[in-house]
Amino acid sequence: MANGGWRTDLSSGFGARAPKPDSAFFRRDGNPAVSQFLQLIFAGVTVGATYALSALGFSIIYNASGVINFAQGEFIMLGGMIAASLAATGAPLPLAVVGAVAATALIGFIVAKLAIAPAREADATALVIITIGVSMVLRGGVETTLGKGGRALPPFSGDKPIAFAGAAVLPQSLWALATTLVVVAALALFFARTRLGKGILATAHNRLAAELVGIDTRRVLSMSFVLSAGLGALGGVLIAPIANASYDAGVMLGLKGFVAAAIGGLGSGVGAVVGGLALGLMESMTAGYFSSAYKDAVAIVVVLVILLVRPSGLFGAARGGGT
Amino acid sequence: MRAPPLPRALSSRAPTLLFAAALVALPLVLPNAYYFDVAIRIAVNATLAIALNLLIGYAGQISLGHAAFFGLGAYGSAILVGAFGWPPLAALLASAAAVGALAYLVGRAILRLEGHYLAMATLGLGVVASIALSNEVALTGGPDGMAVPDFSVFGWRLAGERSWYWAFAALLVAAILIAGNLVDSPAGRALRALHGSQTAARTLGVDAASFKTRVFVLSAVAAAFVGSLYGHYEGFVTPGLAAFPKSVQLVTMVVVGGMASIWGSVLGAALLSLAPELLARFEGYETIGYGAILVATMIFLPRGIAPSLAARFGRKAA
Repeated sequence: MANGGWRTDLSSGFGARAPKPDSAFFRRDGNPAVSQFLQLIFAGVTVGATYALSALGFSIIYNASGVINFAQGEFIMLGGMIAASLAATGAPLPLAVVGAVAATALIGFIVAKLAIAPAREADATALVIITIGVSMVLRGGVETTLGKGGRALPPFSGDKPIAFAGAAVLPQSLWALATTLVVVAALALFFARTRLGKGILATAHNRLAAELVGIDTRRVLSMSFVLSAGLGALGGVLIAPIANASYDAGVMLGLKGFVAAAIGGLGSGVGAVVGGLALGLMESMTAGYFSSAYKDAVAIVVVLVILLVRPSGLFGAARGGGT
Repeated sequence: MRAPPLPRALSSRAPTLLFAAALVALPLVLPNAYYFDVAIRIAVNATLAIALNLLIGYAGQISLGHAAFFGLGAYGSAILVGAFGWPPLAALLASAAAVGALAYLVGRAILRLEGHYLAMATLGLGVVASIALSNEVALTGGPDGMAVPDFSVFGWRLAGERSWYWAFAALLVAAILIAGNLVDSPAGRALRALHGSQTAARTLGVDAASFKTRVFVLSAVAAAFVGSLYGHYEGFVTPGLAAFPKSVQLVTMVVVGGMASIWGSVLGAALLSLAPELLARFEGYETIGYGAILVATMIFLPRGIAPSLAARFGRKAA
């Protein structure tokens, strides 16, 4: 267990290349307090978009199989690391992005087939342990093949900040937000209009009943992993130009994704997005006004309180409790 | 259907005596200080795993943040002895008591959660603890850690691998005896009933919340106790002691050795403490190895190595 460096999460590096709230760049005009507030909003929403994608991944797998996938954070890490590695070999950026998402989705499929499907009847504790094992294999696999160093991905369209009311927005932040919105809309269509999407929803409601009407729930399981891995990887790719990707970022990102999903209500799509954005904002506000060292701790404590007061989350149905 | 737990009351003393005898004989074959150090690490991890197994294996409540209690115990002693000049024994007891109080407060709140939520809540609390240890630089020395003075009681100083070996070996045997007694007591039966079905246990008059909190506190206090001593032995503590990888390592030992099996925890701790020594040259592959062992154990030997072997050979059933 040599990797004690899991604290070096992507989010703690975010803003590394963005102008600091107190930099000269950003105090040139406008009210400094308002500008700083706006700056923190942008930073929070950008990270929050990644959390939202991760939270959607958690919710999809949870709905399809009742499994909380502790390896979800590794999918985000894989997306960032694979895209950055492909880009470093000289591949065009769009190819690196698509390649990373596709490769991670394939890994998600393999995980479902090899590790989750054989243990379908195990209890919650056993499944938690299996997905932790999977996350360690993925983390170690990246560490041994792609190395321990952090990797950067070039921004999708330059890194010249756009000035807005005295605050600076990175173009990458807009990419992250816009992509998340498109993905959420596409997912809504997927669940409402396609056979597979409806199958996942039916399985979430009642697996036995879904099997009785002819839905292949094993396929639903593996497809939910493919979808979640792809979503996680996309989040990782979007955030990689802002914060360097690193093999050990997954644990914290996974925890954040789950926290976001829990805020919104596990299994709820709208909840995942709202939860992700809320968590991102909460963190950036804590970092800006209180202590950047404790932003992760504050987020976790807030979520624990939410879980204790309202176990089904803000948007969740009454099925919370994880049993 | 879950197989009924095996009664251990009748045959529990003989294996413990044999094991204690083996621990007494072990120094005769350990060639140098390095091997003593490895033996000490195994004993420390085995004691921690037994404590955690009471929670996971018997009460059925997962904790992914148990290393936090271990780390807080170690830091408690380090700070009280190093910075405030307390006697080590007093610091040890005070740290264990403080961790117990913390575990009681936390346990009362989060043990209402179940399954995945409890796993994430304990994971989150572990993360909060190690963030605090890393950032309270004035008190803890931050990420670089801090030195811990020697352990001494009434002028007698515990130093050197050999002396510490006896201390940790005695602690391990004590843990085995205490855990064995607890498991065979009415409280132990109540815990196993909780693991089987909380609802069924409740209808039989088991106060689920109270039992879960008590075993959580017991497990945390034991981890803090071992942590304090381990800090003194190492002479140095870092936030890594309380971090998530250490928590996962402990869960791995419990699960691989066998949930609800005290000897399984000893076996799991021995195997997984030796693995890094053997795999030390292959950095990164160690993580893969740990992960693969976890997945394979849960799929092929869901009850863990020791109980599966016991069932295979039909022993221990009497």
